[in-house]
Amino acid sequence: MNHVKAARERVRPPSIRVRVDSDRAIVEARQRGRALAERAGFGLTDLAIIATAISELARNALQYAKWGDIVVRCVEDGDRMGVLVMATDAGPGIPNITQALQDGYSSSGSLGLGLPGVKRLMDEFEISSELGHGTTVIAKKWRL
Amino acid sequence: MAVPILKQGDYLIATVQTALSDRDLGDLRDALVDRVGRFRSRGVIVDVTALDVMDSYAARTLRDLAHMARLRGARTVIVGIQPEVAFAMVQLGLTLDEIATALDLEEGLSYLDEMVRADRRAPAR
Repeated sequence: MNHVKAARERVRPPSIRVRVDSDRAIVEARQRGRALAERAGFGLTDLAIIATAISELARNALQYAKWGDIVVRCVEDGDRMGVLVMATDAGPGIPNITQALQDGYSSSGSLGLGLPGVKRLMDEFEISSELGHGTTVIAKKWRL
Repeated sequence: MAVPILKQGDYLIATVQTALSDRDLGDLRDALVDRVGRFRSRGVIVDVTALDVMDSYAARTLRDLAHMARLRGARTVIVGIQPEVAFAMVQLGLTLDEIATALDLEEGLSYLDEMVRADRRAPAR
């Protein structure tokens, strides 16, 4: 069924990538990410969830690493369609990921709800970090 | 100013119309606190109906606004949080516990009327 797959490839929305190096870029990342998810058929609630997750991840990169990249793209898993949000930065890295994933923990004196909140919002959540090299967060939301 | 602020009697009404950056939110907070002084306002309403996302930074800034306005004698109420935004906030763990919220502008004005009346009777609290 190559022609069906080819047709779906054409129709599927492209990915978006935003360099987050200012607070305005956080807004751009979440608006463009939201628009991609909307084209992929997500409803209002999920769109708010995805936009919020992008906002939190983008702000983390800006705050701790001065800049980072947000990529949002469509993903498939058998019959399921979803979006993937990837936030990468080349910042200091997170020394203790377990601690950072605890509610209320923050190294910057803020509310500290960033990472645990994103983990709750999204369906899948992976984080990897290397001290002195940076952090990558990948989170996915699936359409029901 | 990214957010228009109207003076309605004793109250200030700020209506968010687009997505706000962190700086816009900070500017709004400072502009409202400044105007509370200039106009001797007793109440502040922030209408966030058009706000796409209420993340931890926005919640923190609105909380700071409410505290700063209170220090200058004014009550603050946030109105217009949309259902999908409310859902995302709860998932994120943002309850806005310390901040007064109301459904819409009308409810927000009623709330302020009650609070300001109470404040006049017992100003020490």
